[in-house]
Amino acid sequence: MASSPDLLAVTGLGKTFGPGAHPKVVLKDVHFHVGYNDSLAIVGPSGCGKTTLLLMAAGLLPPTTGEIHLEDETIQGPSRKMAVVFQAYGLFPWKRVAENILLGAQFQKIHVSQEALTAIKRELDIENLDHLYPHQLSGGQRQRVALARAMLLRPSLLLLDEPFAALDLITREHLQEHLLILFKKRKFSFVIVTHNIEEAVFLGRRIVIMDPDTHGIGEIIDNPNAGTTGFRTAPDYFSKNMTLRHLIEHPHEKQPLA
Amino acid sequence: MKNSRWLDYALTIIVLTILWYGASLLLGSQLLPDPLSVLRRLLHAVREEAFWEHTAVSAWRLIAALALAFMTAVPFGLVLGSNERLDRIFAPLIYLSYPIPKIVLLPIILMLFGLGDLGKIILISLIIFFQLLITTRDAVRSLDREVVYALQSLGGNRWHFYRHVVWPVALPGIFTSLRISTGTAVAVLFFVESISTSRGLGLYLIDAWGRADYTTMFVGIIALSAIGIVLYEAFDVMERRLCAWKNL
Repeated sequence: MASSPDLLAVTGLGKTFGPGAHPKVVLKDVHFHVGYNDSLAIVGPSGCGKTTLLLMAAGLLPPTTGEIHLEDETIQGPSRKMAVVFQAYGLFPWKRVAENILLGAQFQKIHVSQEALTAIKRELDIENLDHLYPHQLSGGQRQRVALARAMLLRPSLLLLDEPFAALDLITREHLQEHLLILFKKRKFSFVIVTHNIEEAVFLGRRIVIMDPDTHGIGEIIDNPNAGTTGFRTAPDYFSKNMTLRHLIEHPHEKQPLA
Repeated sequence: MKNSRWLDYALTIIVLTILWYGASLLLGSQLLPDPLSVLRRLLHAVREEAFWEHTAVSAWRLIAALALAFMTAVPFGLVLGSNERLDRIFAPLIYLSYPIPKIVLLPIILMLFGLGDLGKIILISLIIFFQLLITTRDAVRSLDREVVYALQSLGGNRWHFYRHVVWPVALPGIFTSLRISTGTAVAVLFFVESISTSRGLGLYLIDAWGRADYTTMFVGIIALSAIGIVLYEAFDVMERRLCAWKNL
């Protein structure tokens, strides 16, 4: 495989569940790529295969067809260059916050200095939670802990599966901004799966719209001004929201982008 | 919390003693000796070496049987709960053998392992083995898929999976099962010690019954129950320490 200018390249990806006479096709012939310090949002209705796509990209679920390349590596299992943040946080309920945060670094034998640890906790405002268990935290705090745990792995690519879906609007927007601050400061790329149109527009410099009828990608739209904390008040933000909403509601009707 | 627990125990003992006293008045002290007579006999018994020898032998058999069942059933349950393929292979065997009343195997086990401690320990272990195995396996099966994905995405290997996910997930269920098994184990111990033994509280109790010495018989019942309660409490304390996250 020749080296690719993309960080992540997904080609011809498909997933079919179940053997025998009634297999369930979830994804078919999906192609997309993610550059360096880039962001991509994958949006679509429930059941269109967004999470399956993300799990395959993370190397957690084997694809039926197609390939995933992360830099020069063919993804056939979890990669140390990637970290994943899950919708239900993926924290270990039996471990305190301090243990949860360091678990990935411990598994991967990554040395984490006290300064690095303090810095990420300060950035995510979770400095005084070390002794608590996940169920003693609010949803927002849990997701901050999950983000801190992912950040300590110093990933090139962060994969987020509807990470803010269970949070109230204010906490969700707050965490979206936290993510962008980390994105700017730590120079990683991220792919976020969401069913929230505003979130996709605010975070994704490109937005992949899944088409549940074809089990593939309906449209990919460029959104170059996204990924900055001020974008929420830009005029482009509102027009992109309208465009995306239209494309999701009328998937087979092409419309020139605003 | 700790004090209120002891207070609960004390109150329960007082209520049971009052009920017992009332029942002994109704039935007559020949059939049901009153608690004060039993207490006096107990205070006398605890000064005898033979009583402590019977108690120690019974306690040893119980602890050894629970330990043997734990060491065999828990690892097996952890593996079956986390490996669907192996579970499918072993499930029919478990479902077929679980309902068989293992107590009927007593003659075979005594023939194979002798009339000493080993045969009794193996029979008690065998009876609680399935209970512990099924509880452990089902506790692991209830594992949230996302936690497994999280572990894999963090770079966890198979050892990490068992150490950091499967074991902590199963532990509360294992303790519940051990507490329930304690009651079963005490009952089976009484049965096996009532035949083919020269020591143990079962024999102490049956011997007193045979001599129509009901007061001593009740001392045996109290001693056997006390071992069960101490073990039950010990598992409770261990669970509170090792599964602190569950009890907050």
